[in-house]
Amino acid sequence: MPYEIHGLSVYIYVGLVMLGVIFSLIRLAIGPTAPDRVVATDILTTITTVVLVVLALFFDRQIYLDVALVYAVLAFTAVVAIARFLEGGL
Amino acid sequence: MNSLILFMALGLSVVLIVGTIIIYLSKDLLVAILGSAVISLIASIFFLILQAPDVAITEAAIGAGLTTGILLYAMKKTGRYEDD
Amino acid sequence: MVGRIIGDIFLIIGGIFIFLASLGLLRMPDVYNRMQTSTKAVTLGAMSSILGVGIIHPAWLLKCILIMLFILFTNPVSAHAIGRAAYKSGVKLWKGSVCDKYGEHLEDKNE
Repeated sequence: MPYEIHGLSVYIYVGLVMLGVIFSLIRLAIGPTAPDRVVATDILTTITTVVLVVLALFFDRQIYLDVALVYAVLAFTAVVAIARFLEGGL
Repeated sequence: MNSLILFMALGLSVVLIVGTIIIYLSKDLLVAILGSAVISLIASIFFLILQAPDVAITEAAIGAGLTTGILLYAMKKTGRYEDD
Repeated sequence: MVGRIIGDIFLIIGGIFIFLASLGLLRMPDVYNRMQTSTKAVTLGAMSSILGVGIIHPAWLLKCILIMLFILFTNPVSAHAIGRAAYKSGVKLWKGSVCDKYGEHLEDKNE
């Protein structure tokens, strides 16, 4: 049975996640120091993985979950590389 | 296309535009690299909305790890802050 | 139909946690407070959302649990790296902070 995306709960969910994305973007724009912006990028990475999984639910295709799987494995390397650079290593 | 997915695409396009403005205005090149990482994230979601999952996988693999690493290596060789 | 309702409840819980994590990221006064309040809450919200999707479609449950495990393993690694990098790059603690164990540890190691 395909998932109907006309319910009220789905609208509330998408609104909450979009508010989260906008707040993280505000912190990315106004962050005083560089580690603030790195934290905002980390949060946006995790929210992006969630959005990919939820889009797989909306389009009702299982092949879209593979994108989220690749993303969950690979996306933290960018944040760790930038953190190592800030630390002075790399 | 469903109106919910259209609303989501509208919100994410705001993120793309603001990220580009952050890259354009920043004097610190590390902030520009972070903005390019965020734009790569959102572009991957847009490729998935346009129903191209193979392009989205490639964008995730290239944009998440490789581009940020190469840009950080180049920035370490040259310098972090732009001169006026 | 029961699975749909339970999955919707998990989705709403995950959405509320993601929203609260971003609100903490916007409102907290310090880098360390922001990192601590937002990374843990967004990990819980992401895992709850993905579990909700897996309950709605029971055929996808194995792959959803795999994604949850990867998020659970990789997210604290990046949070720890950010905290360490922020301390080493010289960001001051907030003036209302109570203790600084890592600074004491570094002082003990230097003596």
